Amino acid sequence: MSTSTQGARAVTAADSAAAWRAAMEQAKLRDVEFTTLSGAELQPLYGPEDSGLDPERDLGYPGQFPFTRGVHASMYRGRLWTMRQFAGFGSARETNERFKFLLDHGQTGLSVAFDFPTLMGRDGDDPLAKGEVGQAGVAVSSLRDMQTLMAGIPMDEVSTSMTINGPAPILLAFYIACAASQGVDPKLVRGTVQNDILKEYQAQHAWLVPPEPALRMITDVMAYCAERVPQWNTISISGYHIREAGSTAAQELAFTLINGTEYVRRGIAAGLAVDAFAPRLSFFFDSHLDFFEEIAKFRAARRIWARKMRDEFGATDPRSWMCRFHTQTAGVSLTAQQPENNIVRTAFEALAAVLGGTQSLHTNSMDETLSLPTEKAVKIALRTQQMIAEEIEVAHVADPLAGSYFVEAQTTRLEREALRYFEEVEKRGGVVPCIESGYFQREIHGSAVRYQRAIERGTKKIVGVNCYREDDGAGPPIEIHRIDPKSEKEACSGLAELRRKRDSRAAQRELDAVRDACRAGGNLLERFVAAAHADCTLGEIAEVLRQEFGEFKEPRIL
Amino acid sequence: MQRKIRVLVGKPGLDGHDRGAKTVASVLRDHGMEVIYSGLHKTPAAIAEIALQEDVDVVGLSILSGAHMELFPRVREELRARGMGHVLLVGGGIIPGDDIARLEEGGFAKLFGPGTHTDEIARFIREEMEKRWAKERADV
Repeated sequence: MSTSTQGARAVTAADSAAAWRAAMEQAKLRDVEFTTLSGAELQPLYGPEDSGLDPERDLGYPGQFPFTRGVHASMYRGRLWTMRQFAGFGSARETNERFKFLLDHGQTGLSVAFDFPTLMGRDGDDPLAKGEVGQAGVAVSSLRDMQTLMAGIPMDEVSTSMTINGPAPILLAFYIACAASQGVDPKLVRGTVQNDILKEYQAQHAWLVPPEPALRMITDVMAYCAERVPQWNTISISGYHIREAGSTAAQELAFTLINGTEYVRRGIAAGLAVDAFAPRLSFFFDSHLDFFEEIAKFRAARRIWARKMRDEFGATDPRSWMCRFHTQTAGVSLTAQQPENNIVRTAFEALAAVLGGTQSLHTNSMDETLSLPTEKAVKIALRTQQMIAEEIEVAHVADPLAGSYFVEAQTTRLEREALRYFEEVEKRGGVVPCIESGYFQREIHGSAVRYQRAIERGTKKIVGVNCYREDDGAGPPIEIHRIDPKSEKEACSGLAELRRKRDSRAAQRELDAVRDACRAGGNLLERFVAAAHADCTLGEIAEVLRQEFGEFKEPRIL
Repeated sequence: MQRKIRVLVGKPGLDGHDRGAKTVASVLRDHGMEVIYSGLHKTPAAIAEIALQEDVDVVGLSILSGAHMELFPRVREELRARGMGHVLLVGGGIIPGDDIARLEEGGFAKLFGPGTHTDEIARFIREEMEKRWAKERADV
């Protein structure tokens, strides 16, 4: 150490810094890449000069502009985040049982996973659905199925999130019609429909029609709900799928918020006042393994959104400025090797989400690289959240990592990287042209390939996969959840009965009304609700949309 | 001169998860193979038709929807119906161990699970094709 500490002269900060630099130059360092999970270079130490922060301008207080420190003044002292486990498999009846199981174990909101036929606007008895009904989610093809799904669950008390996009307005119509059949006033119904079509073209790929008519349906949903289902979140603008498709943290942040601003533009262009619909926009992010980068990402998201909404779109209602979001732990971080280790990964990711100020959270189950989760695995995942909430004392203080030189520097870096993408997309003509040219898709694919190479070169480590391996020839030692093949038959026979028993002329009349509204204008969600009451099926309504609006052609990026 | 291996990477069914398929397609290209990617949401018949038109040596299928036991065998049948029963058939995705065993008994050369090193996929395909070509030369 420096000899200048001897004698009369006091040690200055400059002396300490010089001594530290000298020590660093001599230190023997581990042979790894010191970067974030997304590949951003990291310094060995951060100080006040690295954050680029003006506390008054960039932080403020929780519940105040620019919301870096959280959207509520009291944060988790007032109310914990909603523990919302995404679930759905087999028939509506089977998923209804899982929902009741989760509510009995302390879950506070529902989240519906639909199967691929439903996500693509196909009925369970469509020939293209064969083998996929009920496999990766629940099949819901009609109002009757929605009634079975929600049987015995009070729709004025429980809030429900529905992960569906291409045919989102149709499923929302089933939900609104279902609440009416339970005698519940739509004004009391609370929940979220994902309804984020832009990221479908970019990353998740469950679309129904091309971008322009899809965006029209979204503004129809905003307009209908602002008036009649005022507690419903009309879009959950989702980075989750962008990240899971391979993007970096900065790309996830940027593309999500860019999509958000596109929806705002469309709402305004459709004649809505920004403060009439913006408070109902919500977000959905991934929480990946890089603990500090993820926390910084959540903080940056709130700051960027608040500034865009107030300063660019002129929103004056503070609720329009708030980036409220749901978080799910990273499915891609789970490994098939030594699957119990996934419990620990998920716990780290969930903790990052909570320290980042999430409004609701899904924790993945350890067995999800093998199949849909078992009840036991789901329960451990839910208990993980409960431990974070109740045992480790982290929910008492708002934005606990604020002022950390490192976390503030990461927050600033991610904000700058995201804003650069805003400029780039603008330069390339905006969101829809960038989807059609495959710009987003290429950016995401490039990051996915770089990440795969980093793992395969060993510069990024995954325990059980490229280090600390065990002989994995024997296969997983854990139980697997299998979908009963009877679910598909149950769905098909239910649909056959529905078509036989309904008033087929009334159903046809409503389908014709949907077609007219496609051509002549008029609120499509209103037409879908009427069609739902007339027992039109998802596939029938979606087929009208496909005929009227055409199908999306995926740009070639490979 | 080394003959180029022609591979079709196919996404059967309604599942939109294509990160794995596209990553593998890029890596196989880096390994010197000619790779055609089917794009999303293809029926088994459409995949077999592309395989025929492109005259590929290998068809690799990727699926994460749980529908592999329905869709994978149907791709194999559609290939056979077009006289393409000889192609090397491989696959990957979220597929439980018992199903892997059944598919490997039913005409799939190999199923690759999560965490597989992509070099292993490339090496497997190259070795299998070289064996086949050696046999073809011996038969002539």
